[in-house]
Amino acid sequence: MKLDSKIPEGPIAEKWDNHRFSSKLVNPANKRKFNIIVVGSGLAGGAAAATLGELGYNVDCFCYQDTPRRAHSIAAQGGINAAKNYQNDGDSIHRLFYDTVKGGDFRSREANVHRLAQISVNIIDQCVAQGVPFAREYGGLLANRSFGGAQVSRTFYARGQTGQQLLLGAYSSLSRQIAAGQVKMHTRHEMLDLIVVDGHAKGIITRNLANGEHRAWTADAVLLCTGGYGNAYYLSTNAVGCNVTAAFRAYRQGAGFANPCYTQIHPTCIPVSGDHQSKLTLMSESLRNDGRVWVPLDRENCDKDPNDIEEELRDYYLERKYPSFGNLAPRDISSRSAKEACDDGRGVGQGGRGVYLDFGDAISRLGESTIRERYGNLFQMYERITGENAYKRPMRIYPAIHYTMGGLWVDYNLMTTVPGCFALGEANFSDHGANRLGASALMQGLSDGYFVIPYTIGDYLASTGAGVLSPDSPEVKESLDKVKGRIDQLTSIKGKRSARSYHKKLGQIMWEYAGMARNEKGLNKAIGEIQDLRDDFNKELMVPGSGDRLNVELERAGRVKDFLDFGELLCRDALERKESCGGHFREEFQTAEGEATRDDENFAHAAVWEYQGREKIPKRHKEELYFDNVKLAVRSYK
Amino acid sequence: MNLTLKVWRQSGPKDSGQFETHLIEEVSEDSSFLEMMDQLNEQLLENGIEPIAFDHDCREGICGMCSLTINGFAHGPEDSTTTCQLHMRKFNDGDIITIEPFRARAFPVVRDLVVDRSSFDKIIQAGGFISARTGSAPDGNAIPIPKEDADKAMDAAACIGCGACVASCKNASAMLFTSAKAGHLNLLPQGQAEKDARVLNMVKTMDESGFGNCRNYGECSAACPKDISLDYIAKLNRDHAKAKIKNLFS
Ligand SMILES: Cc1cc2nc3c(=O)[nH]c(=O)nc-3n(C[C@H](O)[C@H](O)[C@H](O)COP(=O)(O)OP(=O)(O)OC[C@H]3O[C@@H](n4cnc5c(N)ncnc54)[C@H](O)[C@@H]3O)c2cc1C
Ligand code: FES
Repeated sequence: MKLDSKIPEGPIAEKWDNHRFSSKLVNPANKRKFNIIVVGSGLAGGAAAATLGELGYNVDCFCYQDTPRRAHSIAAQGGINAAKNYQNDGDSIHRLFYDTVKGGDFRSREANVHRLAQISVNIIDQCVAQGVPFAREYGGLLANRSFGGAQVSRTFYARGQTGQQLLLGAYSSLSRQIAAGQVKMHTRHEMLDLIVVDGHAKGIITRNLANGEHRAWTADAVLLCTGGYGNAYYLSTNAVGCNVTAAFRAYRQGAGFANPCYTQIHPTCIPVSGDHQSKLTLMSESLRNDGRVWVPLDRENCDKDPNDIEEELRDYYLERKYPSFGNLAPRDISSRSAKEACDDGRGVGQGGRGVYLDFGDAISRLGESTIRERYGNLFQMYERITGENAYKRPMRIYPAIHYTMGGLWVDYNLMTTVPGCFALGEANFSDHGANRLGASALMQGLSDGYFVIPYTIGDYLASTGAGVLSPDSPEVKESLDKVKGRIDQLTSIKGKRSARSYHKKLGQIMWEYAGMARNEKGLNKAIGEIQDLRDDFNKELMVPGSGDRLNVELERAGRVKDFLDFGELLCRDALERKESCGGHFREEFQTAEGEATRDDENFAHAAVWEYQGREKIPKRHKEELYFDNVKLAVRSYK
Repeated sequence: MNLTLKVWRQSGPKDSGQFETHLIEEVSEDSSFLEMMDQLNEQLLENGIEPIAFDHDCREGICGMCSLTINGFAHGPEDSTTTCQLHMRKFNDGDIITIEPFRARAFPVVRDLVVDRSSFDKIIQAGGFISARTGSAPDGNAIPIPKEDADKAMDAAACIGCGACVASCKNASAMLFTSAKAGHLNLLPQGQAEKDARVLNMVKTMDESGFGNCRNYGECSAACPKDISLDYIAKLNRDHAKAKIKNLFS
């Protein structure tokens, strides 16, 4: 596997412009000769499909939900960053670039991050033009807030529903192209394989979830915009249907998978309430602006009513450990501290896995009505889920898997190591390094979809020329038979255990050994346990009914099977990365005070895994990362 | 708690379907309604019975994928709540709960509790957009928008497209959905250029998709998990009448 990042020449601020100028263009009249497959209709896929359709390409777009508007992007609450500097508070493209590289703990590619910061300003303009109802000031101008520990106010938002509004914007543009006949939308279709011919991506195989039909689709290029793999942990803040299948299938067909061990754990989620739990709900990070995090100082007090625990008997551990950032310490640091407190036996609530987020002080300082105005909807959501009133009693929160920085390796053009197969949005690995800053995923998804791929795909298409594979070709047939075989295999095991029970078990292993803190012994143990679980799955899985119609159990089984394989890859990557950085914390690599120790000498690279075949250990490649514009430094929030 | 569930089963769009009764025990009151359904499905699986199909995804009340008519109410009895956010502590031990798909001519059943709501997408394709070519947008602050207008547009844009409005209307009308979608765009300066065409085309497509007429019963807004106001229906009616008249004279 050759990793050529194709970073353009020139100073960092000119790379993207130079590249746009030197990229080949597809003549407008020729665009209609090209067919493009877009898998996914979230911010990345929706934006890409709409824009490519508008440019004149023939686009087929796929999603597993019943309409493109339900992609998981819809759930994003907080906001989207852009270096507009509308607040005149010292923001700039360079500052956003700098913050993102540093926030990513120096494990991202500088050139990509700079491009993202440059494009961020166009995204807001585009969304406003589409009618996205961003929050406004009384004067009618766009409002901003600061988010995720940034020192400037650069986050644009639409109440607590920013992802929803951005996605509806992309969906409306997509709908316009569907009406114009430029995009054909295929809902309730799940991609189950990538067709690769002579090393180039030439199409995909899908299963129509509504009627069980398998079909091959051929095209000149395939864009995977299929989101993240957080559900490998079973419980996460992701939508229940989020999966790794599309990306994992591409990996099996030769696309390198980068940094699977980079997972982000969000500190403020509602804790697990019991074995019935099917997903975890995020409480917006903005709560930490007014809430104070604490646990009882003494273990004996954990079961006490929190309101009866006196001030001196509380440990405001973030304020104690990080006096300058306090309750606003970055996500990875806050999460780990919560785990430490609970591991120390001082956690609260069900199973001792929770810490308090207390609004008592804020309410006495600002009054309940102000707090209600700021966070009313979140308090309501909390009450709906837990039955508790957070105005009267501190909230209980605990970290949960939220986002995955790892993904398919892509070059500067967003192309994977399989020519013709591109990856956009959360599905690729590119811009966030080892840790993503708040409000940056929405920015990246839209940047990739609206502004990057329309240029970079042209360069690929212009150099390969149009030529769609015939649906009757032997390669297509072979691929289709392989997928059908896999489906038959799942329905014919006829064992006794449900796919969900395997998924739950996998999630427990992953969370225990590859969660907030990892170590060599645990990761080796996890790999062994996952292998055993997979063997059991292949013998004992039960999928009732047949594959020739809607069959939810079959869908789940297919996704779980890929998670079982992928989970092992994630653990392997975590094992080999012998340093702590961003979301990846290895217990062996920390300072005496428990802070992460990065090893720039040996690990300033992206690890890219190449599939070697069943039963074989995949091969680890490296893309060295260079920091010429932001000086390598220790990330300190003390 | 222990419950008796009367659940709709239907093997496919052409099957006539029937209720099935299942007993379920030891349901935690902390679980959500859909987690209770998961538990039922695991129980069915243990007995080798195929699980009940239902739609869901985000499970946090925002994607609009979950549905279900529970004891006669779209998304169940709790106000301003989607089925995925409804929790079992709202029910009592020993309750009998009836669970049906969203019923409407324009939402045919796919299987069990899963329905096809693609007619909503068609309404959007007819005009639920502002034609803004990628890359051609002016600066975001070029047109100031009074906060009040932006807020009103946002109130309408909060619609999650779940279809509870249709399922709860005697006539299965889609006016609340259509009016929220058109209202969001029509309230903004960017949406003015295409306003007339938008309302005419969206309403036409709505009518052609098999939705019933709006008789102002108001059940839609009461069932809406996002509390979309009936005011948007009145606004759509006004905008539609104006557009029709303009059309007559042009
Ligand atoms: C609760 C929550 C809150 C968040 N808040 C913020 C925030 O405030 N700011 C921020 O910047 N980021 C936030 N994020 C992160 C951000 O929302 C996501 O990273 C981003 O939206 C991902 O967009 P995407 O287009 O890459 O993927 P998605 O939106 O996940 O879309 C994936 C698409 O792929 C399709 N798909 C998947 N697999 C298949 C398959 N096998 N076959 C066919 N189709 C498939 C799906 O149908 C879907 O259309 C949040 C995330 C969560 C979970
Ligand atoms: S599952 Fe998304 S709104 Fe209920």
